[in-house]
Amino acid sequence: MSDRVLGIQYSTLAQERETVTLGMWAFLATEVLFFGALIAAYLNYRIWFGAEFIAAASLTKVALGTANTAVLLTSSACMAMAVITFDAGSKRAPVLWLAATALLGLAFVGIKGTEWFLEYQEHLVPALNFDLPRYGGIAEIFFIFYFCATGLHALHLLIGISLVSWLAWRIGTGRLQPGGSTTRLIGLYWHFVDIVWIFLFPLIYLAGRNM
Amino acid sequence: MPGLPFWPQRASAYAGQVDFLFTCLLVITVLTVGLVFFLLFFFANKYRHGSNAVRHEPTRKTWRWEVSWTAATLVVFVGLAVWGASLYVHLYNPPEDALQIFVVGKQWMWKAQHPGGQREINALHVPVNQDVRLVMASQDVIHSFYIPALRIKQDVVPGRYETMWFRADRVGRYHLFCAEYCGTDHAKMGGWITVMNPRDFADWLQAQGGQETLAAQGQQLFHRYGCSGCHEAGGTVRAPNLNGVFGSPVPLSDGSVVIADERYVRDSILNPKGQVAAGYAPVMPTFKGQVSEDDLAKLVAYIESIGPNRSGTS
Amino acid sequence: MHAPRNETYLNATVGIRSWLLTTDHKRIALLYFAGITFFFFIGGIAATLIRFELLTPGPTLGSADLYNRLFTMHGIIMVWFFLIPSIPTTMGNFILPMMIGARDLAFPRLNLTSWYLYMAGGLITLTALLLGGVDTGWTFYTPYSTFYATGYLILAVFGIFVSGFSSILTGLNFIVTVHKLRAPGMTWYKLPVFVWSTYATSVILVLATPVLAMTLLMLLAERVLHVGIFSPQLGGDPILFQHMFWFYSHPAVYIMILPSMGVISEIVPVFSRKPLFGYYFVVWCSIAIAVIGFLVWGHHMFVAGQALYASLAFSFLSYLVAVPSAIKVFNWTATMHEGWIRFDAPMLYAFGFIGLFTIGGLTGLFLAALPIDVHVTDTYFVVAHFHYIMVGGAVMGYFAGLHYWWPKITGRLYPDYWARFAAILAFFGFNLTFFPQFILGYLGMPRRYQTYPPEFQIWHVLSSAGASILAVGYALPLFYFAWSILRGPRASANPWGATGLEWSTRSPPPPENFATTPTVIRPPYQYVRGEPLMQAGDV
Repeated sequence: MSDRVLGIQYSTLAQERETVTLGMWAFLATEVLFFGALIAAYLNYRIWFGAEFIAAASLTKVALGTANTAVLLTSSACMAMAVITFDAGSKRAPVLWLAATALLGLAFVGIKGTEWFLEYQEHLVPALNFDLPRYGGIAEIFFIFYFCATGLHALHLLIGISLVSWLAWRIGTGRLQPGGSTTRLIGLYWHFVDIVWIFLFPLIYLAGRNM
Repeated sequence: MPGLPFWPQRASAYAGQVDFLFTCLLVITVLTVGLVFFLLFFFANKYRHGSNAVRHEPTRKTWRWEVSWTAATLVVFVGLAVWGASLYVHLYNPPEDALQIFVVGKQWMWKAQHPGGQREINALHVPVNQDVRLVMASQDVIHSFYIPALRIKQDVVPGRYETMWFRADRVGRYHLFCAEYCGTDHAKMGGWITVMNPRDFADWLQAQGGQETLAAQGQQLFHRYGCSGCHEAGGTVRAPNLNGVFGSPVPLSDGSVVIADERYVRDSILNPKGQVAAGYAPVMPTFKGQVSEDDLAKLVAYIESIGPNRSGTS
Repeated sequence: MHAPRNETYLNATVGIRSWLLTTDHKRIALLYFAGITFFFFIGGIAATLIRFELLTPGPTLGSADLYNRLFTMHGIIMVWFFLIPSIPTTMGNFILPMMIGARDLAFPRLNLTSWYLYMAGGLITLTALLLGGVDTGWTFYTPYSTFYATGYLILAVFGIFVSGFSSILTGLNFIVTVHKLRAPGMTWYKLPVFVWSTYATSVILVLATPVLAMTLLMLLAERVLHVGIFSPQLGGDPILFQHMFWFYSHPAVYIMILPSMGVISEIVPVFSRKPLFGYYFVVWCSIAIAVIGFLVWGHHMFVAGQALYASLAFSFLSYLVAVPSAIKVFNWTATMHEGWIRFDAPMLYAFGFIGLFTIGGLTGLFLAALPIDVHVTDTYFVVAHFHYIMVGGAVMGYFAGLHYWWPKITGRLYPDYWARFAAILAFFGFNLTFFPQFILGYLGMPRRYQTYPPEFQIWHVLSSAGASILAVGYALPLFYFAWSILRGPRASANPWGATGLEWSTRSPPPPENFATTPTVIRPPYQYVRGEPLMQAGDV
């Protein structure tokens, strides 16, 4: 994604920008189907075994989950600020905003890790130490979904943190000039990871909490 | 069967109806393939490069043809869909007083249990001109109970009951196959369905030796597993009395109502907390892992025997 | 920046690094071609052994276990490592950019990455199969695959998982390329049908494959951790696996057939010297097949224990999805009316495709009819149906395209008489192999059976005899194509008298495809009294 030398397939810089942007959107569409398949399977069980799923969901740490939601939403705001300030021609501001984004992302991962540790202590980890007699088979299925979903999400987040850090380094060392699409594309990816969480959070943490 | 086998034996009226639908589809296929092949050959010959056939300018107005053959295709297809659906629905409406046989599939054999307690392996004896309903379970992986002569099969999925019904109208011996890949001896998991005259069937039942009916065996299990401790009058824990329950609607604690059929009874034994009867505490312990499919069949048969009528659901 | 007169994409740079690190879509197409041919023959060897085993009702070759592993290997290799990539990664990669007047795909390095992912996945799965394989069938139904099957399931499934990303990235590349890199004048309705078909295929690749990825991931989790959502142990549902698996695998079969239909839509107008009949209908039928194809997956589960109303809906939708395919057959036939028909090898393969696809497609109507499906599902009727479509259809289309674009890709011609002979041999061998299987299926012969009742033997013997003829028909091209590369006469830019942009540049093409970016001045397939009018105004 160089901003200087155009590939032979492109005739103008604008064409390259439009093309890579469409590429990123197409990639995000595949991610929607990827997570969507998992969420669809989850919804099946949620409908068939509503009571058990609600009971299992009450074992999740909603305070930590809510904190994480706030962290991730704030990080998206920082990412958006990074894109805006970079387009405006600034160099220092986007680096700071990107650093904030990455740090918030790491905070998310840290809080998530804490949750997982607590769940391990409470014997809620399938295949490791899940207390089947106490909680039941359907609860274990809930936690299989929980660890798969949050695990895959965390993996995508770690990739995002790496991309954001790399971007901060590129801008900070002057290797990246405004006018290209790199920053915006990484921003798109980051926002997508955020949106996945916005779907996962109510499905996992908030199920039946109002009852 | 002598000669080249082209067509499977037909052992029920339903099989005849399926064959009729198949034959009509065959005619449509032959006509369509014939038409396409004819046109291809005809055009290939008449309009081959170098022939002196007349060629007009290609017409722009192709949409008349397009709409016509699209409409024709749609009409035929929708007609076939509806015809097939109406025949299929028949499979979901078993008659009320069918002879009920429990079937358990496991790697790599089929076990059948008649109401009188007679047991078979890789075989099924049934009377001719009588509705037969199979209640099927799997002990391990997915199998499929397939009787080509009756044109029916049903996958047997572990963790639930599947049912299938038929009415054989021709005495004879017909293949039974497992039709869902289930491991090494999948191809050997089969046998014979024997359709017999009522006299012969009665003799066969007799010849299996004296044993108790499935329901009687189920009653013994009902006591042995401790069910009677709660479910019979005088029990220490308040549990629903099961007399007259089978086939009746049961209100559940979440407000919904279900019909107490085989599935309900089986699920109640294996996962009692899943559907709790209204007005009762969810204290029934699960018997998952303790009761085999064979025993479950007996218990279901017993509960059914003390119910007012058999369920009509499929 | 123009290439010298005799510089082609083949000789512009030399050395193994220039091939393994290329970003030229044409070289990547050849890299794929090597892999695909390799896997086709591995899958073909498995098929040969299967047909040999089935010559006798009892065991012929070996144990039931061996047979079960053979048909699993045949299915996995043919579906994921031959059919799904076949036309898109070879002809799609090579020809599509040229057809739209582009110099490469949108993301050339991503394209190379796709090839490496495909090869990595293929080699991982091949390793699993050579180590001893797996016996679940290519469909991996639970709980057999997760808790009962022995064998190298994790490795085999992981290879498929990896190659899935190759599919996704290739589809993504094509979609973006068609949207953004069309030459001046190349509007959507001037695109050749092959581009539309590949575009529709790419939409399926991009949307369906991620669902397979998640399904396989869950399958692996269950297999590795011994707990899962698909098995009754915890109260899970094996049918959920089937829903997720078929939600991908049904659209997958349209991934396999749409590109072939695109190839036929290219060949029939050229060798009839006439515009394609009903261009707009053919184009929108491709889109319709892709869309409706996502709505019919439950027709694989009519006896699985699915709800009655679900089965009714899926049956109806399955009839609906057959309509656009029928329309295409009528359009191809009508194209030939009042044309100037030539019978070169590509056209013979196209004839074969139309005939065999028509039969295969019509037998799909039998399967969409619920009571018939209850009888014939999981029997040889289904096996015959999908082989008519995938082999009689997709593979014939692949060979048609290969014979059509061979002069463009290699710059050489091949001996037409041998090619026509191979096409005819394959057609007859194919029918002898698979037609008896329809009869076997209605008789009740289940699939995935090593041993069977003796009354079925006559049909199996006929089928195996046909397979031996078909094998010759498929092996012959190896020889005359090799001869063509070594000794074949040089091909001109447009040996067939076609109209597309790919034929306005020389054979083989220069590395950047066109000396100058072409300007498109007319729709595809324009012929006046049998003479072609090229799409490009200037090249």
